[in-house]
Amino acid sequence: MYGFARRWAPWFGGCAAVAMFVALYGGLVLAPPDYQQKDAFRIVYVHAPVATFSMVIYTTMALAAAVGLIWRMKVAHAVAAASAPIGAWLTIATLGTGMLWGKPMWGAYWVWDPRLTSELVLLFLDFGYMGLRAAIEDPQKADKASAVLAIVGVVNIPIIRFSVDWWNSLHQPATTKLLGDPDMDGSMVWPLLLMLVAFALYYAAVMLVRLRAELLRRERNASWVREVLS
Amino acid sequence: MLVARRDLRLAFRKPSQLMQPLLFFMIVATLFPLTLTPELSRLRDAAPGVLWIGALLSSLLALEFLFRDDAIDGTLEQFALSGQSLTWMLFAKTCTHWLLTGLPLALSAPVVAAALGVSAGALPAILAGLALGSFAMSLVGSISAGLTLGARRGGVLLSLLTLPLAVPIIVFGADATQRAIAGGDIMPPLTMLAAIAVLGVTLAPLAAAAAVRIGLE
Amino acid sequence: MLNVQGLHLWRGDRHVLKGLSFAATPGQCVLLTGRNGAGKTTLLRTIAGLLDPEEGQVSWRGAPIRGQRAEFHAELAYLGHEPALKGDLSAQENLEFSVGIRRRVARAEIDAALARTGATTFADRPARTLSAGQRRRIALAGVLLAHASLWLLDEPSTNLDADGQELVAELIREQISHEGIVVAAVHHPLTLAAGSVTALELGAS
Repeated sequence: MYGFARRWAPWFGGCAAVAMFVALYGGLVLAPPDYQQKDAFRIVYVHAPVATFSMVIYTTMALAAAVGLIWRMKVAHAVAAASAPIGAWLTIATLGTGMLWGKPMWGAYWVWDPRLTSELVLLFLDFGYMGLRAAIEDPQKADKASAVLAIVGVVNIPIIRFSVDWWNSLHQPATTKLLGDPDMDGSMVWPLLLMLVAFALYYAAVMLVRLRAELLRRERNASWVREVLS
Repeated sequence: MLVARRDLRLAFRKPSQLMQPLLFFMIVATLFPLTLTPELSRLRDAAPGVLWIGALLSSLLALEFLFRDDAIDGTLEQFALSGQSLTWMLFAKTCTHWLLTGLPLALSAPVVAAALGVSAGALPAILAGLALGSFAMSLVGSISAGLTLGARRGGVLLSLLTLPLAVPIIVFGADATQRAIAGGDIMPPLTMLAAIAVLGVTLAPLAAAAAVRIGLE
Repeated sequence: MLNVQGLHLWRGDRHVLKGLSFAATPGQCVLLTGRNGAGKTTLLRTIAGLLDPEEGQVSWRGAPIRGQRAEFHAELAYLGHEPALKGDLSAQENLEFSVGIRRRVARAEIDAALARTGATTFADRPARTLSAGQRRRIALAGVLLAHASLWLLDEPSTNLDADGQELVAELIREQISHEGIVVAAVHHPLTLAAGSVTALELGAS
């Protein structure tokens, strides 16, 4: 796993950089401005992929945690541990870009929109996960305890989402859908899809780099680590 | 059953500790008129928030004691080695915990609500909502209480873990209270609360048992 | 009957159990010795199933304990560092509950066990007011009441006076004469009949 991480991380990283660059060019320069939102809509090229991956990563974490618990695979726990900070970082980025987008659209940086609110709760879950992991000294115990938390969190996310939608429907009319998906022009769509691919590669790259560090730290007394480092 | 009886007897040997969450709830509720306004008409609007935030905070406070004492003196270890189902024993403990903290709180909620200018007709619905909600909170909290057993600085972490998970309970609970005050149909949010409680009963003790086993390692 | 095979266990960075194996048959006592931190408690907790070994396994009656946790624990009495007593309850009440979760137990039975471990005189006082040695005697009564075929005792004679040390040795002798198995971590050698006792030194390397 360590060798795999070392060999492939630069490739994923390189491809992610290229894809991201092309997608940004496509999204920011080539795509026509939105008829309603003018150029402000272009932030979607960052916001949507980041938001998608903030959730994908949490789910990955929970899956890895479940695999680690059930089949007692140490690498799976290491994957979950390596993913958590990336997930938290992308969640913060989602909230940040959402706020930037909110200013021209809603006239305020923060609106208690259901999506933003559940994203904020997701951030708290991420921090809780990292906090629990940091607070338990024994690494194996930290792995298992945070794995249970990740799984409980994943079961809860749909319920939280549902409750926030419910709450929101009481207090304000549903936010107008910002993206008219069906009539989105092709030249607007492809950069978005490419950006999603770019973020998948980015996640793979960063996760592998972090996983490598995580594995080294965990197995610092194992003989293969000594060989690698000498 | 025996676990529940033991916890009850223990609790009644120390009545002052029993009163603490209830007292805490009352104090939080008193702070709102002092910080917002003494006008009943405006307090009535804030009442759902006051009741549910108060209930959440005081049940968080009480959660710390759910497993801690038993973990320190080795009782949980003996539970885990008794050959009986740890899940059921922890469920019994959680139910007792709710009987001792959540239920008194729910029973006192109508008094607090009345003091906030809520009309008498809404009080039974408020009581029902808080009873269900605090039960669900105890269940959710039993998971995080189990998880923080092995952690240093458990207190703040316990809140950090529990609060996001309690969001749905707060949302539906406060909605039920609001509808009760406004004279609306309280059944939809109350049914949701009941659904969460049922889900909690089926899943939370399992997760809590797994968490406690990890904490004992 | 109790079979421990190739246990490997790390606690954080430390490789505590390094391929440990032993077996015990009915009527046998295994005494674990070794300096502090050699892994005596870790081994006992692993046998009890509180800790998962990273390699190797513990078997009971020929099957790994992981697959038969409830059955195994029903035959197991574990005496840890903490006596698991509630400070606000008396010895009798404490045992009523702690034994009661395992099986139905009569008051007279509890009193007999307390008498056996020399705890009768302070049996009705809240455990909070008792000394560490007195609490240990109550915990020993709990071990007796478990009616278990396997005893795991972690430093059973800590805090006990000379009298108490002899009591522990006597209880262990009785347990092995009834075809029970005892695995005990000890600092001082106990006077037991030779032949039935195996000594196992941990952390020797």
